[in-house]
Amino acid sequence: MAQLYTSDILIQNGKVVRPGMSTTVANILIRSGTISGIRRGLKTSAQCEVIDAKGKLVCPGFIDLHTHLREPGFEYKETIQTGSAAAVAGGFTSICCMPNTNPVNDNKAVTEFILEKSRLAGLARVLPIGAITARLAGDELAVIGELASSGCVALSDDGHPVSGSLIMRRAMEYAKALGLTIVDHCEDRELSKHGVMHEGEVSTTLGLLGIPSAAEDVIVARDIALAEMTGCRLHLAHVSTSGAVRLVREAKARGVSITAEACPHHFILTDEAVGDFDTHAKVNPPLRAESDVQAIRAGLADGTIEVIATDHAPHASEEKEQEFDRAPFGISGLETALGLTLSLVEDGILDLESAIRALTSNPAKAFGLDGGDLREGGKADITIVDPNEEWEVDPSTFRSKGRNTPFAGRMLKGKVVTTIVGGKVVFSTNKDI
Amino acid sequence: MSSSSRHKSAIRSTKTVFGSPQEGCISRKDLLTIKSLDVRDIELIIDTAAAFHEVAGRAVKKVPALRGKTIANLFIEPSTRTRTSFELAAKRLSADVVNLSGSSSSIMKGESLVDTGQALECMGVDLVVIRHPAAGAAHTLARTLKAGVVNAGDGAHEHPTQALLDLFTIIRVRGKNIAGLRVVMVGDITRSRVARSNIHLLIKLNASVCVVGPPTMIPPHIEKLGVSVSYDLESALKGADLVMILRVQHEREQRSLFPNIQEYARLYGVTRERLALAKPNVLVLHPGPMNRGIEISTEVADGLSSVILDQVANGIAVRMGVLYLLAATRGAKGVGGA
Repeated sequence: MAQLYTSDILIQNGKVVRPGMSTTVANILIRSGTISGIRRGLKTSAQCEVIDAKGKLVCPGFIDLHTHLREPGFEYKETIQTGSAAAVAGGFTSICCMPNTNPVNDNKAVTEFILEKSRLAGLARVLPIGAITARLAGDELAVIGELASSGCVALSDDGHPVSGSLIMRRAMEYAKALGLTIVDHCEDRELSKHGVMHEGEVSTTLGLLGIPSAAEDVIVARDIALAEMTGCRLHLAHVSTSGAVRLVREAKARGVSITAEACPHHFILTDEAVGDFDTHAKVNPPLRAESDVQAIRAGLADGTIEVIATDHAPHASEEKEQEFDRAPFGISGLETALGLTLSLVEDGILDLESAIRALTSNPAKAFGLDGGDLREGGKADITIVDPNEEWEVDPSTFRSKGRNTPFAGRMLKGKVVTTIVGGKVVFSTNKDI
Repeated sequence: MSSSSRHKSAIRSTKTVFGSPQEGCISRKDLLTIKSLDVRDIELIIDTAAAFHEVAGRAVKKVPALRGKTIANLFIEPSTRTRTSFELAAKRLSADVVNLSGSSSSIMKGESLVDTGQALECMGVDLVVIRHPAAGAAHTLARTLKAGVVNAGDGAHEHPTQALLDLFTIIRVRGKNIAGLRVVMVGDITRSRVARSNIHLLIKLNASVCVVGPPTMIPPHIEKLGVSVSYDLESALKGADLVMILRVQHEREQRSLFPNIQEYARLYGVTRERLALAKPNVLVLHPGPMNRGIEISTEVADGLSSVILDQVANGIAVRMGVLYLLAATRGAKGVGGA
């Protein structure tokens, strides 16, 4: 892979958005992969590439805590190469990939394979999430220590959530010693059995089996109790119900060490998006009622939910062009996340700095990752955004192999124009990369 | 005359509507749901069915209305009664009929529904009648085919021709004024496509509908469809004009919905004593096949109030009407009229 920019880079006159600080116009100088200065009027005498960011937002590179890259095992849906290309096109410089591949990422060999493939892709930083239980089967712990030492940044059985409360307790106890966050997809799979969409008025009309909100709430309550008992750091994936928001808010008030994420589709769309059996709106957890959407927006506004993640779940088109019951769950989300997140700023739910924080420093803190900010001496993972560009979502232009999105045809405001990982420009709308 | 602009299509805009809507023509290529029909469509289907009804009484039970048209019955979910009814309806219209079942078709070999449908279309099939265990399967097919699609039951979603034949049966006994009739629908509403189609149809015609069953069989927010809910059959039956009894499925998956079949029969079985609470001229309907002694007693099934056998006979006339309205104008602009 050719190094496109080996020289220094000066990003000029952008509005620099730093979590926890006020947004100001400044220049950023990148040297040897790290940020060597952030100052208004900063110049350099050395030979360097200049990026004019006037009128643009210069943000820390986005971090996605919830990505499915499908490799190994499901390369027809996505590969580490195509998923990474989608990530940087969406402004994500780091993506945490879920272990539900084939084979499952429950051992060092798979973790190392993913890391090697992502190094060869040379785009986003790919940070593997290891399995909680061997083969995601839910009955015995995966080799968590081995996963930690070979590079896994968190643990999850996403896609096949842990049913047994005892094994979840043991996993939390074990992970605590290694400083790893446990990520749970909260779903009582007995309550949700055979369900394909939110249980409510729309499922009743369509005659589709529903997934009740209680299926999520029950496990959120259990996980909070277990996190409180064990002291393990818990991160709740894709919160979709008002009940879950309430439980998290209450637990945080008591000081339980938990974080929570919401996905754009859950704070934008309701179960009405299923329409006449549109499989692009089939996702798990499902798109829920208007009151749930409002609760998630309120949870984002008051910080109960501090992370926005994509749950990027690419599928092949023939898989989605099936009967609703048979089509797989999931939305391809990396390339629409920014525009959808910025709609929260337009709607007055979040201010710009909080919205960027939900994509950067907050996810970094949730998993204890380095990055998510812009500081001198820090690594140069930077996303430059044109906040005013309006564009129409056209899945045929996605870098991802997954064109499965319920947002096709929607107008979004705010577009990633340049993405820099470790001082290297890996995506630019101006240059042919 | 064209009131087609008022017609809301059940499916999205990728499909083509053949021929311009005109009097005596249905302005859609598919019949997927009752929900998407307007009252004018319903009246047209009922009137067309009435015209075909007398054909069944003739010595030669056949009209040439669909000669040269081809209809495929694609029954992915097994069915005897509905498939036979559609097949006879098509044959009495002189259409060519092919039957494909789930067990014999290429679906068993892993072919997708869309690919199966496209293959049929390439063989010149004008209409596909589909019965499928998944809700929305008829929509999936209709979205990708130029051929017309008739939903003969999709999962727990809809079974539009059943509701239409129920209405046809009611009208033949009671006349066209459905508004204000008190209808009791008893059974597993959650898993019943017959219930959903009948609810939409009766509510469109301003009947008052009460659904009855144990709470495990009443889906959430069903009242938003315009019905009332009761868990007590006897109080619901008081003053009823129509009783629609749904078949109880007592196979594996239903086990946790009620303790056992005897208890279901005790609480929700329609018996002669209970039926006496309804109006004296009450009509009893059942889509079949019946579980005698469970959801319906034999006295009620065979009693004077029962129109269950009329439903079966009328099913052919109603399906002839539907097939005719959808197929007759296809590919030949300007040909139409009942």
